[in-house]
Amino acid sequence: MLELKSVDAGYGSFHALFGVNLEVKAGEAVGVIGPNGAGKTTLMRVISGLIRPTKGSISMEGRDVLATPAHKIVELGIAHVPENRRLFPRLTVEDNLKMGAYMPAARARYAERLAFVFDLFPRMKERRHQLAGTMSGGEQQMCAIGRALMSDPKLLLLDEPSAGLAPVVVQQVFELVKRIRAGGPTVLIVEQNVQQVLQVVDRAYLLEAGAIRTSGSSAELLASDTIKQAYLGV
Amino acid sequence: MSSFFEIFDIYLLEAVLNGILLGGLLALLALGLNLIFGVIDVTWICYAELVMIGMYGMYYLVQYYGLSYYAAAPIAILLVAALGALLHLLVIAPLLSAAPINQLLATGGVLFVLQSFATVAFGIDFRNLGIRLPLLTLGDMHLSYSRLLAFAAALIGMVVVYLFMTRTFTGTAIRAIAQDRQIMALMGVDAKKIYVVTSALGGALAGLAACLLVLQYDVHPFVGLSFGPITFLICVLGGLGNFVGGFVAAFLFAEIISLGGLFSDLEWGYVLAFAFFIVMMFIRPAGLLARRS
Repeated sequence: MLELKSVDAGYGSFHALFGVNLEVKAGEAVGVIGPNGAGKTTLMRVISGLIRPTKGSISMEGRDVLATPAHKIVELGIAHVPENRRLFPRLTVEDNLKMGAYMPAARARYAERLAFVFDLFPRMKERRHQLAGTMSGGEQQMCAIGRALMSDPKLLLLDEPSAGLAPVVVQQVFELVKRIRAGGPTVLIVEQNVQQVLQVVDRAYLLEAGAIRTSGSSAELLASDTIKQAYLGV
Repeated sequence: MSSFFEIFDIYLLEAVLNGILLGGLLALLALGLNLIFGVIDVTWICYAELVMIGMYGMYYLVQYYGLSYYAAAPIAILLVAALGALLHLLVIAPLLSAAPINQLLATGGVLFVLQSFATVAFGIDFRNLGIRLPLLTLGDMHLSYSRLLAFAAALIGMVVVYLFMTRTFTGTAIRAIAQDRQIMALMGVDAKKIYVVTSALGGALAGLAACLLVLQYDVHPFVGLSFGPITFLICVLGGLGNFVGGFVAAFLFAEIISLGGLFSDLEWGYVLAFAFFIVMMFIRPAGLLARRS
């Protein structure tokens, strides 16, 4: 479904990704784990077009992502829940969700998509008229995921959904990811919370210093010594 | 003695009403400027000159082409809307990532270009539509019909903008882009397109203001100077980019001008309003309704 081939990317003179190869197949849930500053967020931004790679190619269902203008990438079926959620704090929950359905195909099915998201997150229905910035972190994360789901994506990119949330809420967010998976879209999730994310995904890549160090199924990674020592603290 | 107070009260009431009528028009002007600033983060110093061009548009459509006032108004509004979009594409868009002072200087340059253009193209004569609307007499009070019309149209214009901003996808995107412009692409929004739409909307508001001002004032190339600075002060007083603040500040300013004018000359009303502005800048430098961060 999604394929990255030897992607290099950076900000100005700073190089963040080196020859990244990554593949996500339809129906899978794939994780990208790694320490702070490994380039995980850059990887997500390169896929959704917020920054463009300096080298390499990206394709989504055979279509060239790099040849697509950034604001048209969502029409390829890629929805990105950015790091720190990035809701519009002074818009209501409903207006935030409305922005997620901006593209023509989703706009035509706005009522249906809204009902779907409200069904998935009844809390959002209760808070539909509340300003997004006044909600708790967990609720904001729900709203951000809901906003991405409004476009009925084939591939959902989740960037650190557990960041800045209380442990109990982190648990809820990962439960949520499981529920979303059951509902359809393929998921690519970036996380520092290695232990938790490996419970949710089928397989994962380990990204260190901008390069893929290793990859494998969740079970393999949980059993691997490198991961155990560096990320699981056992 | 008692008759003196009766007359005085009537004048006071008339001044308060006239202040409200003026406030509506100033609020309309402030809304356009605030929209551009709030969304694109650029100050159109030449905003009042767009209004001036719109007033000339009305003058020529009515006096030269013989259109009725109500037929000319939509054309003038569209003309200034197109001018707003053009201003964005030609001047603002290339400078979007430039330093704010450069953007300010560029739109300041447009101000002089438009003034000079009007002087060369239309001459420096004072012109008017030749439409004189009657005075409305309410008891002992006299209210200008053109001011009432302007007030009503300004309110309707503001309500239409409000509905557009809250009910449509494009309007919601305009509000969203003011809060986080980097992630708009993730929503499938082409930020460049939204900026052009916003600029055209700001221009349309200037066009509407032009249609209403031309009923009350003669047009000449420097007419923008008589309401441009005050519009700018109102926006700053309300907090640049804050729509509600601008609305409140417009009525506050208009009442000060109108009531100040009652107690002495109209010019003193302006002096009082500007003095009030300076004092407020010390008390609430971020504007009347500044958001607490």
